[in-house]
Amino acid sequence: MKAIVSVIGKDKKGIIAKVSGILLEQDINIEDISQTIMQDYFTMIMMVSVSANSDVTKLSTIMNNLGESLGVTIRVQHEDIFNSMHKL
Amino acid sequence: MINNKEIFETIQMINQQHLDVRTTTLGISLLDCVSDSAKVTAQKVYDKVTSAGKNLVKTANDIASEFGIPIVNKRVSVTPVSIITAANGGHLEVIRALDKAAAEIGIDFLGGYTALVHKGMTAYEEQFIRSIPEALSTTARVCSSVNIGTTRAGINMDAVALMGKIIRECAERTADQDSIACAKLVVFCNAVEDNPFMAGAFHGIGEKDLTLHVGVSGPGVVKHALESVHGDLNMVADKIKETAFKITRVGGLVCKETARRLGANVGIVDLSLAPTPVMGDSVAHILEEIGLESVGACGTTACLAMLNDAVKKGGIMAASNVGGLSGAFIPVSEDAGMIKACAEGKLTIEKLEAMTCVCSVGLDMIAIPGDTPAEVISGIIADEAAIGMVNTKTTAVRLIPVIGKGVGDYAEFGGLLGHAPIIPVNTNSPLKFISRGGRIPAPLHSNKN
Repeated sequence: MKAIVSVIGKDKKGIIAKVSGILLEQDINIEDISQTIMQDYFTMIMMVSVSANSDVTKLSTIMNNLGESLGVTIRVQHEDIFNSMHKL
Repeated sequence: MINNKEIFETIQMINQQHLDVRTTTLGISLLDCVSDSAKVTAQKVYDKVTSAGKNLVKTANDIASEFGIPIVNKRVSVTPVSIITAANGGHLEVIRALDKAAAEIGIDFLGGYTALVHKGMTAYEEQFIRSIPEALSTTARVCSSVNIGTTRAGINMDAVALMGKIIRECAERTADQDSIACAKLVVFCNAVEDNPFMAGAFHGIGEKDLTLHVGVSGPGVVKHALESVHGDLNMVADKIKETAFKITRVGGLVCKETARRLGANVGIVDLSLAPTPVMGDSVAHILEEIGLESVGACGTTACLAMLNDAVKKGGIMAASNVGGLSGAFIPVSEDAGMIKACAEGKLTIEKLEAMTCVCSVGLDMIAIPGDTPAEVISGIIADEAAIGMVNTKTTAVRLIPVIGKGVGDYAEFGGLLGHAPIIPVNTNSPLKFISRGGRIPAPLHSNKN
């Protein structure tokens, strides 16, 4: 399955390095990455490939904790929630 | 591929605008628990609910975590208990078994202490209904509903008269908790069999066993979307449809995925705008965003009619199976905007009644003076049932006569049930009308065959 990792908050050094470091540790491949300013928020979005037996909830918890330490919000969400809402 | 703007929009909906899936409700048939022994039936009911529902909370929590969407309530609805205990009279044993089972599987509410008496009551059903005050005041988690009318059958006025007394007795038995038992009791006209929302949920006998229904929500999302619409009402309606579509698609996804993991049948998505007392999660505030100084102002019914219709039009294409109550809810105690308008005298029970003609349910979570006579409550039920019967829609009454309190006081229920200012009702007596009993015949247009 694919998941979307999103980082929203104030830009600072090392965000991509730390997020991608955790993904590497978890053996998760990054397929796409972009960053932009959206409605005054720094927004970094990654599409990642997660194997069927990966524990998304655990990854989510790790990312939430990292977000707290960086002062940003990091979410990991199954891509289907975005597909269901925006694609026919 | 989805673009960043769409991803950001979804995240903002969840994070800033309180988008959530309001309930995942597992419907469980208890027809196979019928026996001639109350004790055996109660044991079978406990075993079935705890077995079928044991993974409901964990599964919903896992899905909420994976998809990043809060799933607020996890609940169970069961076959009307009056049906499965008719052979043994064991309704009180069964409600205790259900209450224990609900606690065991970790859910806060379970619906189905229900009787369907829209055309008439059997002797046992009357006995069952008379047990509701004891049942609701001695259990914590089980909710009750009684269907007293349908478009097809008319209105059973004997049951309406009885329900006025039952609501008062529920209030009196829980007077020390602001009569909270009444918050667990709904009187319906045209009750639906697949409603996922408490307190009126029950699992209809026409349903498959183990069916997973979802109720969506999102008043805050609709309100936020309308803030950017400065054009005419066509544009307002279109924006509501577009937003309802997105909200419903999420509900459909959660419904299918939860059902799959539980090994249950995929049920319906209830296209609802269900408010909570939290700021930014109010149906009243949507109506005010459309252009009212306050909910309750002239024009409120028209705005609500448009909102309700647009929610359905947007949602109906987004889900494979639509059902339940589907529409905007207007529970006073659960909506910050409604609470404020009632407290300031800008929204009256008469205006709320008018609003129920065009929204999904009825007079919901309204606190009235504790000395309101039973026949006045029955009169309110009859009026509301007449609206449902004639308009071929579901209407419901969930009134709380708050014992020991009067107009100007507040009832405090806590949690999602919120708090409500006690509002006045017209106390001119309908006693002679209510005492006549019998049945209001079904309307002409019910004869469609």
